[in-house]
Amino acid sequence: MPSTTLTPQQIIRLKAAGEPLSPDEKVQETRHTISVLVENTVGALNRVTNMFHARGFNLESVAVGETDDPTVSHMTLVTTGNDRIIAQVIRQLNNLIDVLRVEDVTNVEHIERELCLVKVRYNTMDRSEIMDVVNIFRGKVVDITPETMTFELTGPTKKVNAFIGLMKPHGIVSVSRSGRVVMTRHLVYGD
Amino acid sequence: MQTKTSELLDTLVGDGMAVPQPDAPPSTKTMNGAEIFIRSLEAEGVEVVFGHPGGAVIKIYDEMARLKPKFEHILVRHEQGGTHAAEGYAKATGKVGTVLVTSGPGATNTVTGIADANMDSVPLVVFTGQVPTALIGNDAFQECDITGITRSITKHSFLVRDVRELASTIKRAYHIARTGRPGPVVVDLPKDIMLQETTFEYPEEVRIRGYSFPTTGDPAKVRRAADMIAASKKPLLYVGGGTIISGASELLTKLARKARIPVTTTLNGLGAFPESDPLSLGMLGMHGTWYANQAVQNSDLIISVGARFDDRVTGKLASWAPHARIVHIDIDPACISKNVYVDCAILGDVKMVLEQLEPLVEPKDTSAWLEQIAYWRAECPLTYENDGKLRPQFVLQRLREKTKGRAVVVTDVGQNQMWTAQYFQFEHPRTHITSGGLGTMGFSLPAAMGAAFGMRGKDIPVISISGDGGFVMNAQELGVAAAHGLPMKIAIMNNNFLGMVRQWQELFHENRFSHTDLESTNPDFVKLAEAYHCVGLRATTPEEVDEVIEKAWSINDRPVVMEFRVVKEEMVFPMVPAGAATDEMITKRLTPNAFV
Repeated sequence: MPSTTLTPQQIIRLKAAGEPLSPDEKVQETRHTISVLVENTVGALNRVTNMFHARGFNLESVAVGETDDPTVSHMTLVTTGNDRIIAQVIRQLNNLIDVLRVEDVTNVEHIERELCLVKVRYNTMDRSEIMDVVNIFRGKVVDITPETMTFELTGPTKKVNAFIGLMKPHGIVSVSRSGRVVMTRHLVYGD
Repeated sequence: MQTKTSELLDTLVGDGMAVPQPDAPPSTKTMNGAEIFIRSLEAEGVEVVFGHPGGAVIKIYDEMARLKPKFEHILVRHEQGGTHAAEGYAKATGKVGTVLVTSGPGATNTVTGIADANMDSVPLVVFTGQVPTALIGNDAFQECDITGITRSITKHSFLVRDVRELASTIKRAYHIARTGRPGPVVVDLPKDIMLQETTFEYPEEVRIRGYSFPTTGDPAKVRRAADMIAASKKPLLYVGGGTIISGASELLTKLARKARIPVTTTLNGLGAFPESDPLSLGMLGMHGTWYANQAVQNSDLIISVGARFDDRVTGKLASWAPHARIVHIDIDPACISKNVYVDCAILGDVKMVLEQLEPLVEPKDTSAWLEQIAYWRAECPLTYENDGKLRPQFVLQRLREKTKGRAVVVTDVGQNQMWTAQYFQFEHPRTHITSGGLGTMGFSLPAAMGAAFGMRGKDIPVISISGDGGFVMNAQELGVAAAHGLPMKIAIMNNNFLGMVRQWQELFHENRFSHTDLESTNPDFVKLAEAYHCVGLRATTPEEVDEVIEKAWSINDRPVVMEFRVVKEEMVFPMVPAGAATDEMITKRLTPNAFV
């Protein structure tokens, strides 16, 4: 449908939903990091992930762990979608009875970390080159055998992705990532 | 003596965990889980429980026989029927429906009813038996993970793991089912929990830290909505089932009449506004009226009250109501801007919000708009062919005439449901009960039975309307209705076809009637009724209809099944084809009739 036939009200609706006004426009999908406090039970975790499946939402990463209160877990979810979808994700999460608090931290000052373990094959030729990269990324060697080395790396998802990309040519044996965890910053002074 | 026999049986065939019964009601405060369950339901004020016993809940049934609880237990003949009966009871009375079934197949048989209740916001608490906690996960006999299975179709669910949490869990379950946007709650009860003992105390109050629900609306938004109404020239109230659930029908009617705003209702909203009122446009959407859909497409302000912009209402979403700004009053935040972006969202209980809104809305002159609607009404009214053959629409009009709209009408799914919605002309809230969201065939008979239990002593007839396809799906409940002498009137619109599927096959699949002809597998409905100790009547011509209805209304000690042999190829019109805009309606048969 060419955009000229849209009524003003239809344009308002499409814009509010983040949907394209004409077929040749790109869909405005954004990535959002959502911090959720839930009851610390297996059922609660299942309810949250199940909701994403049942409602057809994307779920790129989930990280979950106990908080200082043993009855409460902190989940960090990464999802993508247009504005309407993201609003729906947050509302549907809030509707779950086991969910205590939901916060979209994407546009809030926050710290984001991911832990990654990477096992890489090495030989005498590329060993020092690999170690250079590991040092630049402030990784740690946590295991070594005559053929492989295992590194521990923490950092924002982008940094972890970059590290894995640089290790690829050397021959990655396996990768294990924790998924993103986040915490909003508590600003001491200024804004 | 009876108790002892069942005790023995339980010890022999059960899991060996049965404990001896006290001879007299316990004088101390300690009691077993099964008795706590019963006392909790009594404390909750439960009046009727629809259930079916089995191994995992045998202790509860045993305690029921021993304690003679204040609530009545209705033994249904299939757990799906039980869940629909509880839904019918809940929809007719506004109370929470209660279901009690055993583990495994007993639990899975409730799934359809639970999903149905979830879609239509029906308050339901479903208690399922479970194998003893020590056996959970071991693939024990009649074990299934019912809380897992139902997770995406319940408002919430519980697995009770400690008898000391039993009473408080039951309290929470009823609280969650009843409040906010109502919905089904599953409580899974392992058998060993029913045998363990503890002291009983039913909590007075319930606090769930992750659960809250909106009540009154934001005054600023209510003010804004009132301003939008004042500024609009072509306002339209789009009313859904939430209005009936929150008991706001009277307020809504007052508001609509005061500001002279026409009203269209969804399928679940039928009854929220009297259809005899000139402001009523009947139902909107796929099988709604031409004039309601025209009003939507031309309106400049749609005020949605407790409705959720379902695809059967909107048709092609991008083309729906292209000129209208939208005010949405709803209790569920997830319904706001879910399908259609809403210009003014008021989160709250419909009744409380209308109480705030109504005084702010001034009487206004909408006569030009109402005239326009009257033109559309004259252009394409609801009609059907009147050629001396028995047509289902005629039957519905006669039933309407007989009852004057003072009846609880429970429909099944398909053509019978749409014809009822179009022709019955509902006047009062809670008089129209149907499976709207899920579209469950086989809903009508058990739901009507549940409604009849809720309406006992109220002198309002309960009418079940089904097609021949859906009726057979839960026909076993006829026996239950007969045993309790429920004076239900059960109408079967028998066209020997899965009529709605047939209609789509004729319209969109070139008359290939693939597996929709039921003639060879249908029973003799009159004989079936008689076999279940009901009265069976049949009408094959329009002349016989009144006769059958009169006869049916003269019998008040048991259910009466009225089989109407209606025209096979009758269709529901008007119709919005799937994926079309709501003003692109088919108003009459397009292809030549396949049967002529």
